[in-house]
Amino acid sequence: MRRLWAVCRKELLCTFASPVFYIVAAVNLILFGVFFYVIVSASREAHLRYVFHNISVVLLFTSPMLTMRLFAEERKLGTFELLMTSPLTLLELVLGKLLGAALTFAILLALTVDFPILLLSFGRPDWGPLLTGYLGLFLMGLAFLAAGMFASSLTDNQVVAVVIGFGIALLLFIISWFSPQVGGPVGDFLEGMSISGRFENFARGVLDTGDVIFCLSLTGIFTFLTVRSLDWRRW
Amino acid sequence: MGPGMIEVEGLRKQFGTTVALNDVSFRVDRGEVVGLLGPNGAGKTTMMRVLTGYLPPTAGTVRVGGHDVREEPIEVRRLIGYLPETVPVYAELTVREYLQFAADLREVPKAEVADRMARAMGQTGTAEVAHRVIGHLSKGYRQRVGLAQALLHDPALLILDEPTVGLDPSQVVEIRTLVRELATHRTVILSSHILSEVSQICTRVIVIHRGRIVGHDTVADLEKRLKGAERVFVQVRAPGVEALEAIRALPGVTAVTPAEAQEGTAAFQIECELGRDVREDVSRLALDRHWPILDLRSVAMSLEEMFLKLTGAGGGS
Ligand SMILES: Nc1ncnc2c1ncn2[C@@H]1O[C@H](COP(=O)(O)OP(=O)(O)OP(=O)(O)O)[C@@H](O)[C@H]1O
Ligand SMILES: [Mg+2]
Repeated sequence: MRRLWAVCRKELLCTFASPVFYIVAAVNLILFGVFFYVIVSASREAHLRYVFHNISVVLLFTSPMLTMRLFAEERKLGTFELLMTSPLTLLELVLGKLLGAALTFAILLALTVDFPILLLSFGRPDWGPLLTGYLGLFLMGLAFLAAGMFASSLTDNQVVAVVIGFGIALLLFIISWFSPQVGGPVGDFLEGMSISGRFENFARGVLDTGDVIFCLSLTGIFTFLTVRSLDWRRW
Repeated sequence: MGPGMIEVEGLRKQFGTTVALNDVSFRVDRGEVVGLLGPNGAGKTTMMRVLTGYLPPTAGTVRVGGHDVREEPIEVRRLIGYLPETVPVYAELTVREYLQFAADLREVPKAEVADRMARAMGQTGTAEVAHRVIGHLSKGYRQRVGLAQALLHDPALLILDEPTVGLDPSQVVEIRTLVRELATHRTVILSSHILSEVSQICTRVIVIHRGRIVGHDTVADLEKRLKGAERVFVQVRAPGVEALEAIRALPGVTAVTPAEAQEGTAAFQIECELGRDVREDVSRLALDRHWPILDLRSVAMSLEEMFLKLTGAGGGS
């Protein structure tokens, strides 16, 4: 446990000491602010459903940028050798890193608190969909972060990590597009695998344990794949 | 003979078709300070990476502290302090944050962390940069921080890959003293491509060349074997062709190559058999023939040539 926390702490220290996070956060917050202003001022409705939808698309890009350095940089700098020769298990290492990335992402989301506050001061928003919407963004982001972490474990090049991470996230996002063509039980399966469909429920204010479990399972799968890929690349 | 700290048997390490280590066997006992000596690309770093469990052996067995590196990697890692060839530091962290991280990874008891950190920083002379960001430190200081990281948890086995690279001469002396000090209750294995460095720190030397162990000696023995494994440079005022013939005919001379010389003089690089110093013979020859000697000195061999000599002379122990 102590080692897991040490890894997480180190990730946070490195993240907040480098300009990458601040640039990514600034660009995201500007975009989110634009969505909020345009959508809410046009619809004059006190909810964030469509704002959440737009944010969810931006997260396809943002998540792999938050995770690109996780393993690619350690490999490039040679610090991976330090980690792999200390009594640290791969699972501790991977979970510590994912936790660090998740906290960073949570901070980024928390920086949009002005949206609900503004709604609250100008209207009477329904709290349910606001909370499930944020939960949905976080859980979907978590799955993307795990996918991005997996991508980072495959290479020592951060650009390659972003590209692969983005590809996986996008595929998860649009996989249901294929279901009408495929049809039948496979089509239903693809529909069920779609993370955007799950997110739609959160954005509408529907809290379904199935959707929560789906996002957490994806996170678990990519965490497992990351451990496997690190293990495999060593031998 | 109890279990050694390091026991390597029939080790082979391949990267694709490149054979980095071939049939390597050796043993290091507790309390020894062993130098791994070899030219660039000899396989020193690969050897250390296998010892630390970072790279798996292709074939053969490697045991550290009685634990097989493949079967009990975590046990092995608990025993070692390791300074890799590329210093594993995070540019964004301060020295103190970095050492704290290393202490957590190594599970140094919480109550002892402050003490151990202070001691490691004292030993490596990094206390004055404790609060600086590592990315802003000079190469030498980064090297010292890496060394502090390796010492922090008081490991039973220290593995140092070229620990003195990038340090200034006075710091090199300090590190040597430090390693000798550390060795009093520890096993140390360090790599280097500088013979004099290894001979000053280590009790025993393993010479490795192209992935094979070519010498397995105490420092004294190695020096004896390499003694005279040098070239001699001579410049005499004499007719070139005649001098060349005469020198070539001297006993123990294996090769003579003419070097650039002024008008009316002749200069040669003379190579001789292992364990032979031909300078006396050359000066006697010059005296007999009345050739004034303008220059006569031994020329240090490059390490590469020295290793070739060792391998060529049969090597092995
Ligand atoms: N990851 C790798 N993939 C392919 N070949 C490698 C790898 N690591 C090392 N080698 C090869 O193994 C051989 C030994 O390399 P190694 O780094 O162990 O040498 P070294 O003795 O440490 O040299 P130096 O003094 O330059 O540090 C070299 O031929 C090198 O090219
Ligand atoms: Mg090396």
